[in-house]
Amino acid sequence: MILKKRELVKELKNFTINFGPQHPAAHGVLRLILELDGEVVQRADPHIGLLHRGTEKLIEYKSYIQALPYFDRLDYVSMMAQEHTYSMAVEKLCNICIPIRAQYIRTIFLEITRLLNHLLAVGCHSMDVGAMTPFLWGFEEREKLMEFYERVSGARLHAAYIRPGGVSSDLPLGLLDDIRSFLYSFEEELDNIEALLSNNIIWQERLVDIGIVTAKEAVDWGFSGVMLRGSGIPWDLRKSQPYEVYQNLNFDVPVGSTGDCYDRYLVRMAEMRQSVNIILQCLDAIPFGIVKAYNNKFVSPSRFDMKNSMEAVIHHFKYHTESIVVPAGETYTATEAPKGEFGIYLISNNTDKPYRCKIKAPGFGHLQGLNQMSKGHMIADVVTIIGTQDIVFGEIDR
Amino acid sequence: MHNSVFKYSGLFPFVSYQYLQGEGVFIVLNKHLLFVLTFLKLHIGFQYTLLSCVSGVDILNSKYRFAVVYDLLSLTYNSRIRVKVFVNEMTAVPSLISIYINSDWWEREVWDMYGILFLGHPDLRRILTDYGFEGHPMRKDFPLSGYVEVRYDETKKRIVLEPVELTQEYRLFSFETPWSN
Repeated sequence: MILKKRELVKELKNFTINFGPQHPAAHGVLRLILELDGEVVQRADPHIGLLHRGTEKLIEYKSYIQALPYFDRLDYVSMMAQEHTYSMAVEKLCNICIPIRAQYIRTIFLEITRLLNHLLAVGCHSMDVGAMTPFLWGFEEREKLMEFYERVSGARLHAAYIRPGGVSSDLPLGLLDDIRSFLYSFEEELDNIEALLSNNIIWQERLVDIGIVTAKEAVDWGFSGVMLRGSGIPWDLRKSQPYEVYQNLNFDVPVGSTGDCYDRYLVRMAEMRQSVNIILQCLDAIPFGIVKAYNNKFVSPSRFDMKNSMEAVIHHFKYHTESIVVPAGETYTATEAPKGEFGIYLISNNTDKPYRCKIKAPGFGHLQGLNQMSKGHMIADVVTIIGTQDIVFGEIDR
Repeated sequence: MHNSVFKYSGLFPFVSYQYLQGEGVFIVLNKHLLFVLTFLKLHIGFQYTLLSCVSGVDILNSKYRFAVVYDLLSLTYNSRIRVKVFVNEMTAVPSLISIYINSDWWEREVWDMYGILFLGHPDLRRILTDYGFEGHPMRKDFPLSGYVEVRYDETKKRIVLEPVELTQEYRLFSFETPWSN
């Protein structure tokens, strides 16, 4: 019997699988349609929007003060960084300068937020890849950091502490000393986590040369933050377009060389050490003074003033009912959030509500590069790449 | 950067240039958009190689209903610039995918939220809203509470969509002061 050649060659068809939305490594509600050739990914099509809450739409119906807490709930592991960007945008439109002590407090808490985020990023990434311990150790440290959140604002996560015009209240007594003593022990914890991961053969085999992003690709895809620095571009908004007190501080911008997942892990670890360094400098330099702009139309008066002055009571009432009126204008304000460039495109129209508030989430830009990054890798590496991108769905789906 | 804008401003067409809060904004015509953005990306004096964000804006009661806003970043010159085009429901904006590959999802989002068409986009699907969603939710005439709500039907054993029923009318509080401050 003679077989035709056509019958001998088997027809190969790519296998399509659904990854998520209920998958522990999908970091929330990511639905990936993966086209596989054997175990090799041919195409990854992320379906997002499962956590879409219409934040931008809701903000258009809320006053400037009421809109603030929505920003905590976007990227729910780097809360204050986003409040801060929003507050900066509103301050920019109103031409308000904030007192120097408030700037230092903001900087301290922005860096605490960066620690919170990177601990979760590295911890969850290591757990996705198979290491349990760094995750648990990281969460223990996060718990302590969230206690600092709690002590200034009363909330562990959704702080609403940084507000337009400063911060909501002054630091409680003894907090700065506790932050300092925490930081001394924290360096040791970072060493411990690094000792488990950096030279770990499994960790290296899973991360080295996986998800390589060249410098050109990173720019083309509009990456920012660690995703850009991991590819060797020394771009950090804290250095290049400094805000608050970053221009007075000494810190380095760690960059990677090859742009693979391992480099980005190293960048995150190095950034945490820089954050510790930044907070320590702030603790040394923080002055005494007021923590809100001296403008009663723009910030809520203090409890003390309200007990002593009728005018302050009136301002308090007007602030919480009428909110603040922002003169017409528009701004795109971006800051270096832990995940990358977090931007607010805010249009005001001389009323108490934003006309348009576009939220530029760094994760949105990173996730659309997932297809490019995972092409040609094994299916298990997709998990590594999602982990390295530090995806949080609150901000991507908005 | 502000200076170089004037130095090269004769080289590409734009309607106007504004400088607000320290941020430069070009308003360009729809037909010139691709050329202007190619120019801004490739010209040695600008090098806006990174597209940060694309946003839509609904400007009700104006000649052109929508604005599409592009925020660009130049790593070389450490500068940002904004490019705006104005369109209405009937006109499409050329897709930037040939210049900035990451405009893909941003344009899908603007399409999803505002219903602005992007000409030449390879895959203009909805991105943030549900599968089978109707309407464009960020338009100013789209109600905040939406039109349909989702519920699990015990008898049909599946999820059903029903018209929204609010137990209380949606109330929009506006305490704008009648007096100027």
